[in-house]
Amino acid sequence: MSERTLRGKVAIAGVGETIYYKHGQSPDAEFKLCLQAILAACKDAGIDPRDVDGFASYGGDRSEAVRLASALGCKELRFSNMFWGGGGGGVCGAVANAGAAVHAGMANCVIAFRSLAQGQFARYGRGNQPATVGGDDAFLAPYGLRSPAQRFAMKITRFMTDNGIRHEALRSIAMASYHHAQSNPNAVMQGRPLTVEKYEASRWIIEPFHRLFDCCQENDGAGAVLVVPADRAKDLPHKPVYLLGAAQGGHHRSNAPVHNAPDYASAHFKTVARNMWDMAKLGPKDCDVVQAYENFTGGVLLSLVEHGFVDPKTANEELVLENLLVGGTGRMPMNTSGGNLAECYMHGLEMVNEAVRQLRGTAINQVAGADVVAVLGGPMVTPVSSLVVGTEATL
Amino acid sequence: MSTTVLPAGLPAPAVEPLTKPYWEGTRQGKLVIQKCNGCGKHQWGPEWICHHCHSFDLGWAEVAPRGRIWSWQRPHHPVHGALTGHTPYTIVLVELPGADNVRMVGNLICAPDAKVEIGAEVEAVFEPHDGADPPYTLVQWRIVG
Ligand SMILES: [Zn+2]
Repeated sequence: MSERTLRGKVAIAGVGETIYYKHGQSPDAEFKLCLQAILAACKDAGIDPRDVDGFASYGGDRSEAVRLASALGCKELRFSNMFWGGGGGGVCGAVANAGAAVHAGMANCVIAFRSLAQGQFARYGRGNQPATVGGDDAFLAPYGLRSPAQRFAMKITRFMTDNGIRHEALRSIAMASYHHAQSNPNAVMQGRPLTVEKYEASRWIIEPFHRLFDCCQENDGAGAVLVVPADRAKDLPHKPVYLLGAAQGGHHRSNAPVHNAPDYASAHFKTVARNMWDMAKLGPKDCDVVQAYENFTGGVLLSLVEHGFVDPKTANEELVLENLLVGGTGRMPMNTSGGNLAECYMHGLEMVNEAVRQLRGTAINQVAGADVVAVLGGPMVTPVSSLVVGTEATL
Repeated sequence: MSTTVLPAGLPAPAVEPLTKPYWEGTRQGKLVIQKCNGCGKHQWGPEWICHHCHSFDLGWAEVAPRGRIWSWQRPHHPVHGALTGHTPYTIVLVELPGADNVRMVGNLICAPDAKVEIGAEVEAVFEPHDGADPPYTLVQWRIVG
């Protein structure tokens, strides 16, 4: 039996994104933003949007595949797909699902996307406020535990306490994103650099490890990538960006009720990372750049550890700003367009776009000669997902 | 003076078929946890099946209202209108050695700047909300000794 893998089988041929806005600032409706990003990805790939025959998304995206296909006049819809789970846990999973459909012959040309106009809908962190709550929340909300940050905070507390990791490691993660955003004209935080002093003076969101700058913002916008068979990508305008490995899911009982996951102090990537590296036949040391989804900097720490980029025993020394910058000591250039924190909280889709630009050699903060980029999707939720992409040289 | 850790106005727990014995227990000042009649293991939160042995025959057992802090957090940002002006407060994840080390979430009754130690011994404090309709009782925690 032939090897079952996506390695080198499909490629990202186009990327698109809208102008990124602060929360509630988009002049356009969420669905319109979504259409703009998809049209941009098609244009980038040199493909007629009517030839798109599939859509994959995540996080309960409201821009439904059938509505998109009708609005765009797609000749037919062959693949419509939603990755379960909240936030950006599914960002890489959506790209991988698009790739799997293309490789399996279920579709030819699939868009993976995320669209968000949070101003148009309910805000995160202070959702609607019902009088009673059921399910898991009955054992959480009456104690004032409601927001995503609060759902993850006790994992971070335990992991950092057990491993003696200091808050400066998290500060470096936040500062790297802000640093890279300063040269990115589409970054919502361009012109608003983050200094040590500003970070340290920022207000607590949650003690002991979540200050304001450790937490993602809320934004409006949309992003999209176009996934096609590898053979077809060779005939399109840009250098193909090949999917080398992808995985999704969670470890044993990662979503056990009321914070009872046996391996609790985790971002939930332990098995996912292993499966991704196995498919890619690569490891963290082979990556030139890493895009690590920040919902909260503590989650990035755990994500980096679980993917093998950082050893918890030496995290305090490894997670220093110089190591994370393009053009710094360059050991692990990270979140090179500003990431969720400072480019745009597009639930990680903007990181997939940035991975593609790095491999094309067209990034604003370009890592010279980048051949392999890992994208680590939203941590701490479950299921989670990750992917690794590479240039033709990596096949 | 408020007799509850957090101010009134937060969502009340909905009493559902799966969780009713727990809430009946707390009204009587008892910590009652789901326990499998098939294999004898405790599990939390409540589920329709035992994740150890796949039995659907799940009972409930009173367990010692004692545990130790497995992790903690201290929110400052109010995530609900009722919390505005009432932060910070402390949330703990408590492991119950008397019930196969299942964990429960609650508030730690402590000063807003109290140092919290992972591993500290805690005991349950039953916090009635008698004015609610229907009334319910939450389980809070305080440091032993
Ligand atoms: Zn059982």
